[in-house]
Amino acid sequence: MSGSTVSGGTVSGGTVSAGTVTRLTAIAALLAFAVAFPLVFTNPAVTTDAIYTLIFVAWAAAWNTFSGYSGYLSLGHAVFFGSGAYFTAIATHDWGLTGSQVFWLLPLAGLLGGVIAVPFGLFALRVRRHTFVVITIAVFFIFQLTAYNLAVTGGTSGLLAPTINFATATYNNPFYYIALGIAVGTVLISWLIRRSRFGLQLRAIRDDEDRARGLGVRAMRVKLSAFVFSAVPVAMVGGLWWYFITLVDPSSGFDPLNDVAVALMAFLGGLGTVSGPVLGALIIEPSYLYFQQQVSAGYFFWILYGVLFLVVILVLPRGVIPTAAEWIGNRRDRRRRNGAGAEDRPPATTVTGRAKELA
Amino acid sequence: MSSLLHAEAVSKAFGGVQALSGATIDVERGAIAGLIGPNGSGKTTLFNIITGYARADSGKVFLDGKAITNARPERVFGLGIARTFQLTRIFPSMTVLENMLIAGQHKERSSNPLARAGGSASRRHAMELLDFVGIASHAAALAQTLSYGQRKLLELAYVLVADPEILLLDEPAGGVNPSLINTIAGKIRELNAAGKTFLIVEHNMDFVMGLCDPVMVLDYGTVIASGPPEQVRNDPKVLDAYLGTDDEDDEVEDGEEASRAGI
Amino acid sequence: MARFLQAVTDGILGGAVYALMAAGLTLIFGVMDIINIAQGILVVLAAYLSYALSVHLHIDPLLGLLITVPAMFVLGIAIEWAFMRRLRGRERVAMSLLVSYAVAVIIEGALYQIFGSTPVGYLPSYAVASVHILGFYLPYIYLIGFGLAAVALAAIYLMLYRTKFGRSVRATMQDRVAARLVGINVDRVAALTFGIGVAVTAAGGMVFGATNTFNPDSGYDLISRLLSIVILGGLGSIAGALAAALFMVTAEEIVNIWQPTWATAVYYAVLVIVLLVRPTGLLGKREARAQ
Repeated sequence: MSGSTVSGGTVSGGTVSAGTVTRLTAIAALLAFAVAFPLVFTNPAVTTDAIYTLIFVAWAAAWNTFSGYSGYLSLGHAVFFGSGAYFTAIATHDWGLTGSQVFWLLPLAGLLGGVIAVPFGLFALRVRRHTFVVITIAVFFIFQLTAYNLAVTGGTSGLLAPTINFATATYNNPFYYIALGIAVGTVLISWLIRRSRFGLQLRAIRDDEDRARGLGVRAMRVKLSAFVFSAVPVAMVGGLWWYFITLVDPSSGFDPLNDVAVALMAFLGGLGTVSGPVLGALIIEPSYLYFQQQVSAGYFFWILYGVLFLVVILVLPRGVIPTAAEWIGNRRDRRRRNGAGAEDRPPATTVTGRAKELA
Repeated sequence: MSSLLHAEAVSKAFGGVQALSGATIDVERGAIAGLIGPNGSGKTTLFNIITGYARADSGKVFLDGKAITNARPERVFGLGIARTFQLTRIFPSMTVLENMLIAGQHKERSSNPLARAGGSASRRHAMELLDFVGIASHAAALAQTLSYGQRKLLELAYVLVADPEILLLDEPAGGVNPSLINTIAGKIRELNAAGKTFLIVEHNMDFVMGLCDPVMVLDYGTVIASGPPEQVRNDPKVLDAYLGTDDEDDEVEDGEEASRAGI
Repeated sequence: MARFLQAVTDGILGGAVYALMAAGLTLIFGVMDIINIAQGILVVLAAYLSYALSVHLHIDPLLGLLITVPAMFVLGIAIEWAFMRRLRGRERVAMSLLVSYAVAVIIEGALYQIFGSTPVGYLPSYAVASVHILGFYLPYIYLIGFGLAAVALAAIYLMLYRTKFGRSVRATMQDRVAARLVGINVDRVAALTFGIGVAVTAAGGMVFGATNTFNPDSGYDLISRLLSIVILGGLGSIAGALAAALFMVTAEEIVNIWQPTWATAVYYAVLVIVLLVRPTGLLGKREARAQ
């Protein structure tokens, strides 16, 4: 997404097309809605679900900034989530923090996530893509195993959070706004990265790493930077999540299903696009929560998850947003060609132009 | 020495196959050199070794007197050697313009990593080059939508972005329609007139003989002839390589091959 | 010292079974460039099948293999045909990972639904008895497992190197396009290979179920081990999988003598150390560059 429009063979930077204006308005409206949400929908059950959803929006957006752009699929980001959760828990207990003080730990949790990502990335990013995924899975299990076995992490029972003295009526609100802040921030940086030189390099690596290297792209440095960046928001929401549900244990802090879910969200919405993971999370997480509450007993929703996943992968391999973009672009194309005064634009440009705007 | 690129006694084996044995080539500054030879003679292997995509078993490569043997691709690229690939290697999911920007990104000195990809100067330069090869109207199209011929032009454009001293072109006319071949040949001449050196691997004899001087011939990994096109064309060793020796079967096959090669 | 040797013996015997399951995994990768994450849960499924046959139908697990092996084989072919084959495009490998993960989740959910989460086990008479040789205890079940693994691995080897089909498989492993060009039905090879890769889980599952109590959650531990083994041995190398499995399991048994809680960590520690030194694994396909 280079952000400039091309017409008739010259590049005019800075022209604001009608599409961009509608897009900005839509984003502004969405943000306004999100900010007003807990004040309008005060039912705690609803805001609780919203918090979970925002956590996954942040996670999916962060994950996509690395895996979507670079093409290296990580199934180990739960490492950062769990580490963030455990760190926040341990620090809260060790430093005797209470109430809102705990929230100040979140940036530190994010920092920890980034720090862990450095050796993790240095180790895992040296190999080919298949091996990379498997290594992320292996490292994930190492962390889970460690959580089970260390005394400081509370072993199998995990670590509880101290009772919080927020007002009952607006209890969820601080959590909500922090989650919203992290999510918005992550999406914003993800967008900035995509249109930047750094993002260009990442995407070149995804398309043809050897060729990119041959053109001077410092592949390892680029991949590692993206990996480290993607770890920070995930660790932060991990810490927030612990404080919110007041408990972390090895199986929930390091839950492999989360990694799968996040990948699914990004794929569904459109891997490698900015808004794709957001859309995916907004669709999948509330659906999951809804199903979980409806189907009270049994593991039915596991099966459902898996089936949904298969359907998405096989039917919509590029995800909703790119497919929708192309569909809209094709329709506009047809209308334009059929209508009077058709512009002198090759079809390919129009499709991708629209795809650019939405991507 | 006026030789810009010099490969000395390069040898390379893959498993049991000796792809190159003691190949020596010389490309002078400002020349358009051609490298031909029957299939399997080691041309692409030599390219790969020169540009760092393969390691030589033995031998040396010099650029302007400086040894660059077995240097990594990015270093070779940084020193001024650019190369295209037989099967065009472009970045399919990115736009044509973005492909160009990637080629030039290592020169951008913006310290802010989140700055917009491609400053206006880079974009202008990129569009100029796209215009030069004639695909500027496709700048916003995804590279994967380009036809084969257009991809070849794109590859040519973006190896130019880095303003290299010498361009190694691997079958620039392969699979391209005749009018486009002439366009490509014309562009090469233009660039050569502006001071660029070329080393071209090609199977299309008309293309090579009409454009290149000197022409070097590889056969079974060694250079068997080198000189002006007319001389090479009539060299018995070269005819031998393409047509084979006394074996009747070979004659039939190689006769076909020779006619395909245009000799 | 005796405990050490006992651990080594246990490691070799147990490792052989893991080698078999890992061989299936690496074979699938070699031929199809797919990492079958579902391999772990498939072992568990096979274990449940043996369990159902043994406890409900009173069929001896060893005899039950006559049913479970073909069943798993067919299941493997079905999975390949239904899902793996449909994957197209440049992101094939990535997608195959997610697809096989999805399949794994479905199977796991189904197992939870049918069998619940309480761990089960079945102990055929020969599981508890052991042979007493030179002061070592060799449990019958481990010997049987070793025997099964040896037979199956030998069969796979013979298939690969002595049959026409095996030649097609090896050709496809080396170059899919070239194999097509010489007339090999690559799709059929892929389906059958996947079937074989899954069929071996039947044997592994039977032994696994006879020596552990298990529930659907056991799949994670299994797949992480199998993946470690396959990476260590090098993706695509059966010999590597064999060597790695024997090595890893033996190492774990040895560490188990002193520090049981950290024994599983040995797995990963070995993996990390080897990969630091040799990113392609012990015997993996030589990769020129990360891609």
